[in-house]
Amino acid sequence: MGVLFNSFEEWKKECEGKGLPLFQAVLDFEVNQKGKKEEDIWAGLDEAYQVMKEAVQSGLKEEMNSYSGMINNGAKKVMNFPKTVLSPEFQKLVARALAAKEVNSCMGRVVAAPTAGASGILPGTMVTLQEIHDISDRKIYEALLIGAGVALILEKRASIAGAVGGCQAETGSAAAMASAGITYCLGGSNDQIFNAVAITIQCMLGLVCDPVAGLVEIPCVVRNASAAAIANSSAQIALADVSPVIPVDECVDAMGEVGQSMEARYKETAQGGLAATPTGRAISKRVLIQDIEVLEDEDGED
Amino acid sequence: MAESSGIFDMIGPVMIGPSSSHTAGVVRIGRVTNKILGGVPEHADIIFYNSFARTYEGHGSNRAILAGLMDYRTDDKRIKNALDLTEEVGLTYKFRSIGSASTFHPNSVRVTARKGDKSVEVLGESRGGGVIRIKEVNGFDSNFTASLHTMIIEADDVKGSIAFFAEVLSQDECNIATMTVSRKGRNDLACLILETDSGIDDITLQYLKKRKWVHKVIYIPDIDK
Repeated sequence: MGVLFNSFEEWKKECEGKGLPLFQAVLDFEVNQKGKKEEDIWAGLDEAYQVMKEAVQSGLKEEMNSYSGMINNGAKKVMNFPKTVLSPEFQKLVARALAAKEVNSCMGRVVAAPTAGASGILPGTMVTLQEIHDISDRKIYEALLIGAGVALILEKRASIAGAVGGCQAETGSAAAMASAGITYCLGGSNDQIFNAVAITIQCMLGLVCDPVAGLVEIPCVVRNASAAAIANSSAQIALADVSPVIPVDECVDAMGEVGQSMEARYKETAQGGLAATPTGRAISKRVLIQDIEVLEDEDGED
Repeated sequence: MAESSGIFDMIGPVMIGPSSSHTAGVVRIGRVTNKILGGVPEHADIIFYNSFARTYEGHGSNRAILAGLMDYRTDDKRIKNALDLTEEVGLTYKFRSIGSASTFHPNSVRVTARKGDKSVEVLGESRGGGVIRIKEVNGFDSNFTASLHTMIIEADDVKGSIAFFAEVLSQDECNIATMTVSRKGRNDLACLILETDSGIDDITLQYLKKRKWVHKVIYIPDIDK
């Protein structure tokens, strides 16, 4: 594509008109608009996926304690717990999404996908998908390209930033990227891939960004696990050709509308929701710096 | 309007958590300070303003700024241990929080760093997604992102100096992207900050440095390189 499409409808038309797979249009966009070489793009995707896998591994192996103490090796506990709720695969999915996100909270290296706050969702879903279905790395990179295309449209028509659109914009976008990738890797049609995005948005719609003490920890970490689960349930539904009824582009617009009308206290300001609970406030008082100088001068210093 | 995003804004950047504004952006501001000073400082006084004033510890911005001062890149795993690693390089530091700088960006940090008889003061903003803007260098106004190639020139406020620099750079096939000019006063010390799309040759830098009325030429290539 010469220019980035503004909608899923355009993306689909472009690909079906030219007989291209969905990922090819995203690749062409990056080559034409960003002046990148195709081989560099594949290398970049490879690097990103390696960092994602590494984050999953570190989160399950190394000590993961955050400065605030709120994050405390949760992923390892889930991974090693003897009872599985659904299946060992589900347990691993949850543990891996938690693991990569805990690495983020504990100052480890991650891929912001699309943001740092949602950095556990693609690692958790893609690593688990690849393991269960024996999918090639190349196919995973194609899925990441499709995910990037999804996020580019979401950024354009709604938002991918918690401060602008709430948590739905961060973990919701990541889950939509992941469900598109899963559906693609399992042989879904273009319509099914986009239906997976629509269903994911329907499930994540309205989620507020209310981080305790303003830190990217509670509830961000557990929401990476739930978003990974929703990405999978949405793909399961879409692959069976169940219709989302509301078309994907309209779902995206709904997400934008909900994000816009959300009050500021639900947009990363730590003034509402969980952050404003008595416990949330107490943690904030303990963790954040209280010894702050206030200068007489209206303009601050100087 | 801002340039549209690409694939690696959506699958990326590769970064050290937890937040691009609090870690990646702050590392970059520290690294700019390192480049202007010309090495790792012996001592740094760091002031976190406004939103940063309260959250810098919880988000690890204290580690991030020290990591930048030690010239680490934004994806360096050592950032997490930067507090301990300062001892190895002989960097001492002091942090302060000021919550009332209402004319500053919410996420602002000021670093005053010294090494031997050299010292530098930088005021930077972390604007989200790891993007930064340097607002002041040594008391002179500035407005650069450090993502291009930056040249900071301190020179006498003489007629034709801007035309001279622009001419020299054009001979070098360098396209100037942004330029900020400020001065202490008429015919006093002036500061010119240029951002160029391509790198500047060493021989050009040497040529500029040799002018009698030019006191300082600092060159910072793309901060992530």
